[in-house]
Amino acid sequence: MNFVMPDFYPAASEILLLVMACFILLVDLVLPSTKRWIIALLTQLTLVGCAIVTFVTADGQVVLTFSNMFVDDLLGDFLKLLVYVSVSAMLIYSRGYLAARNLEKSEFYLLVLFSTLGMMVMISASHFVSLYLGLELLSLSLYALVALDRDSPRATEAAMKYFVLGALASGLLLYGMSMIYGATGTLEIGGVAQSIYHGVANKTILVFGLVFLVSGLAFKLGLVPFHMWIPDVYHGAPTAITLFIGSAPKLAGFAIAMRLLVYGLFELAGEWQVMLTILAVLSIAIGNVVAVAQTNLKRMLAYSAISHMGFMLLGLLSGVVGGDRHFALNAYSSAMFYAISYVLMTLGSFGMILLLSRAGHEAENLEDFKGLSQRSPWFALMMGILMFSLAGVPFFVGFWAKFSVLLAVVDTGQIWLVVVAVFFSLIGAFYYLRVVKLMWFDAPIQTAPIEATLDMRMLLSVNGLAVALLGAFPQAIMTLCTFTLLRSL
Amino acid sequence: MIASHLLSLSIWLPIAGAVIVLASASESSAGMTRVLSLIVALCGFLITVPLYTGFDASQSAMQFVEMAPWIPQYNINYFLGVDGISVLFILLNSFITVLVVLAGWKVIKQKVAQYMAAFLVMSGLMNGIFCALDAALFYVFFEASLIPMYIIIGVWGGPNRVYAAFKFFLYTLAGSLLMLIALMYLFLQSGGSFNILEWHTLPLPMSAQTLLFLAFLAAFAVKVPMWPVHTWLPDAHVEAPTGGSAVLAAIMLKLGAYGFLRFSLPIAPDASHALSGFMITLSLIAVIYIGFVALVQTDMKKLIAYSSISHMGFVILGFFIFNQIGYEGALVQMISHGFVSAAMFLCVGVMYDRMHSREIAAYGGVVNTMPKFASFFLLFAMANCGLPATSGFVGEFMVVLGAIKYNFWVGFAAATTLILGAAYTLWMYKRVAFGAVANKHVAELTDIDNREFLVLGLLALCVLGMGLYPFPFTDVMHASVDHLLKHVAISKL
Repeated sequence: MNFVMPDFYPAASEILLLVMACFILLVDLVLPSTKRWIIALLTQLTLVGCAIVTFVTADGQVVLTFSNMFVDDLLGDFLKLLVYVSVSAMLIYSRGYLAARNLEKSEFYLLVLFSTLGMMVMISASHFVSLYLGLELLSLSLYALVALDRDSPRATEAAMKYFVLGALASGLLLYGMSMIYGATGTLEIGGVAQSIYHGVANKTILVFGLVFLVSGLAFKLGLVPFHMWIPDVYHGAPTAITLFIGSAPKLAGFAIAMRLLVYGLFELAGEWQVMLTILAVLSIAIGNVVAVAQTNLKRMLAYSAISHMGFMLLGLLSGVVGGDRHFALNAYSSAMFYAISYVLMTLGSFGMILLLSRAGHEAENLEDFKGLSQRSPWFALMMGILMFSLAGVPFFVGFWAKFSVLLAVVDTGQIWLVVVAVFFSLIGAFYYLRVVKLMWFDAPIQTAPIEATLDMRMLLSVNGLAVALLGAFPQAIMTLCTFTLLRSL
Repeated sequence: MIASHLLSLSIWLPIAGAVIVLASASESSAGMTRVLSLIVALCGFLITVPLYTGFDASQSAMQFVEMAPWIPQYNINYFLGVDGISVLFILLNSFITVLVVLAGWKVIKQKVAQYMAAFLVMSGLMNGIFCALDAALFYVFFEASLIPMYIIIGVWGGPNRVYAAFKFFLYTLAGSLLMLIALMYLFLQSGGSFNILEWHTLPLPMSAQTLLFLAFLAAFAVKVPMWPVHTWLPDAHVEAPTGGSAVLAAIMLKLGAYGFLRFSLPIAPDASHALSGFMITLSLIAVIYIGFVALVQTDMKKLIAYSSISHMGFVILGFFIFNQIGYEGALVQMISHGFVSAAMFLCVGVMYDRMHSREIAAYGGVVNTMPKFASFFLLFAMANCGLPATSGFVGEFMVVLGAIKYNFWVGFAAATTLILGAAYTLWMYKRVAFGAVANKHVAELTDIDNREFLVLGLLALCVLGMGLYPFPFTDVMHASVDHLLKHVAISKL
């Protein structure tokens, strides 16, 4: 048996991250616990290093390596860069919060790095096995992160729920993959597409597998009716971890949805589009309606996440109309744009909760935002921008995200779907407006000044302004989405 | 440089000014903030004056056009321009903003900078609505203008302000989201263009036209507001601070009517003709039924709010009788209503600032203690019921003439507004101003000071000037209205 050395170059950033994670693990052994900031710094530097490597090695070619298990393309590079940015922002947001709760341990940084690695593998997976490995690496790290505060019964319960349901979802995904393997005889995503294209695969088995695949995906993305874990985990996890779960993994989720459904099972678009339609409509409807009844901001944002993921699906399911594919690029890039803007807004809104939380006080109830405009007009403005953006009001990026997705759906001629989406966005607008109301119209309950480090304040301001600025000039990101997809399809 | 970017300046100057006002504000320097806001508002108004003086009234084409690509992905352009229909509203809006800044001078003591900034931002956004010729740009301005108004009602409003603010926001959003779908549909039908002027010449089948017309109707009927989707307006007006009510009545309601002229009528002319009976019926219900509703109000602001709905019904009636005099009458009525309703709300504001009551029953004999104010109030009340020589008369008379041309009974029904309007306005005036001094609060009233005199005096000049010599207003719109009517008369099927 002759062994061929695989090409490591396309996976350079993953390798760097892994090496650095191991290095930090070693550093942690010799470092006294008072010098934790060194770990934080090293983690940030690792992310910066990965960003540089990813940026430098992005050459626009689609390169497969490790026996076609790993793909390096522009789509992956772009999404990975965004993952670095959001993980790095999340680390800055959460430092003060974790330190105040004595949770800022090295495990936190390491688990974050490993889950980042998991996301990178997911994004670059071109094989069912590598995809699954990446997903499990991410999920297992997240289970542990949710239980980081081991003295909190709520966090432990959330972690348990997350683990049980996550394992079930992984099972579903694996079962679906095995079915597709049975029908096509290959685990390579490209090979699956080829085999279906040539019509050698048994369609019944394929569709059977597809159902499980889509269910597993829906679990991971948190779509109705597979959404049960989302509110509990968002609520139970320490807010810094909720911020993490709510942000970067959505990008990875988008990536695997693209890899599996669009790259692998494009020929079955007719089938999975119907499934996604049902998931999307249910998610938008239930997510928005149930969010109205929440008094806890983290739960509210959890249901809002469900509805936003449903909205993103609207973009994914608009690619093919009756076999006609020339809408595909626009539709997928709209979904990608949606995912990116959503991550940006989530980072900011959970960042606001972290900003208002102090030692011994979780600012996670809606009441905590009462009268914020009097305590800090600037951050009330930032939160206002984020809420209006989530509600989809112009001039903010959330509007253009909804706009491009809806336009993609109108392209398919499914006007009813647009009407449904629009109707439930209207209901959604209510609970976002309520947050604005609490901040501006009500008198404050808390009068304590906001304690936050300068870097956090700066980053949160940049985040809020980015939402406004990208809302005024969304073209750059839109172009990037379309361009990377065009070069990677 | 400035001359070619007048429209952009009229939008962004107030908004940039608002940012400066906010940035330079501090608790101790409220006086500075007020002066600065006034300067911004005045500059905002002055920059719009060349739009009128430099306007070529003989042309129906868009003027002061600015065009730059904004979001090439969806072929969205930063495309601005005004014709004879829209140019006057930009002036009106910027003018009212100056008055609103003056009117809030003393009353607003909390968060002065935020109050002023909200009005300045809104002024800029509404200018944007009137001059946007790209539908996506129009929509963005249209929805964004909800945010400052929501904040204004919610922060500086009355006791029930939260309810009113939510109702205002969600009602309007519901309508405009349906319009968004219509815009997207048109984008696809036109082969990927958001250019409103291109849409005007786009042939469309009757079924599509009807659906488009209804989708636009959802957005604009809420905004106008037309019966039966008017219920947000009385709440919003009653709860909003005086300045908010004035802007709401004077400008924001006009956005809906303007939308009919810019979208519904030219894009779906056949549907407009087919549904004109329906629209006329709705307008007449608004004119007559809401007129009666106004009659029984005990709250002055509510009464004026209902009067606004009734007057706007008149405007919509003017649009759907399809003749020149009706259109011009409706447009004149829109401008006149901008002056008169703003003046009426400011008058109520003057009394409210002193008495903290809007109930008619709380007043009586105001003329004894506030003679100067009572004279102004009388003038505006007369204008509100359409007395000849005031601006209210010109528009109403022209619309009634046009309606009689269209159908005698429609004209007849519309003309009842002259009686109803007089009944509810003058009866209110009588109860508030005339008679003996009703109670000791009224006896303690002080007459208007110089600032209030200036605000009301300026509006009185406009009302009288427009009533006596409407030519400068009608002259500007003549060519554009003519063009629009010819366009609407041609079938697109």
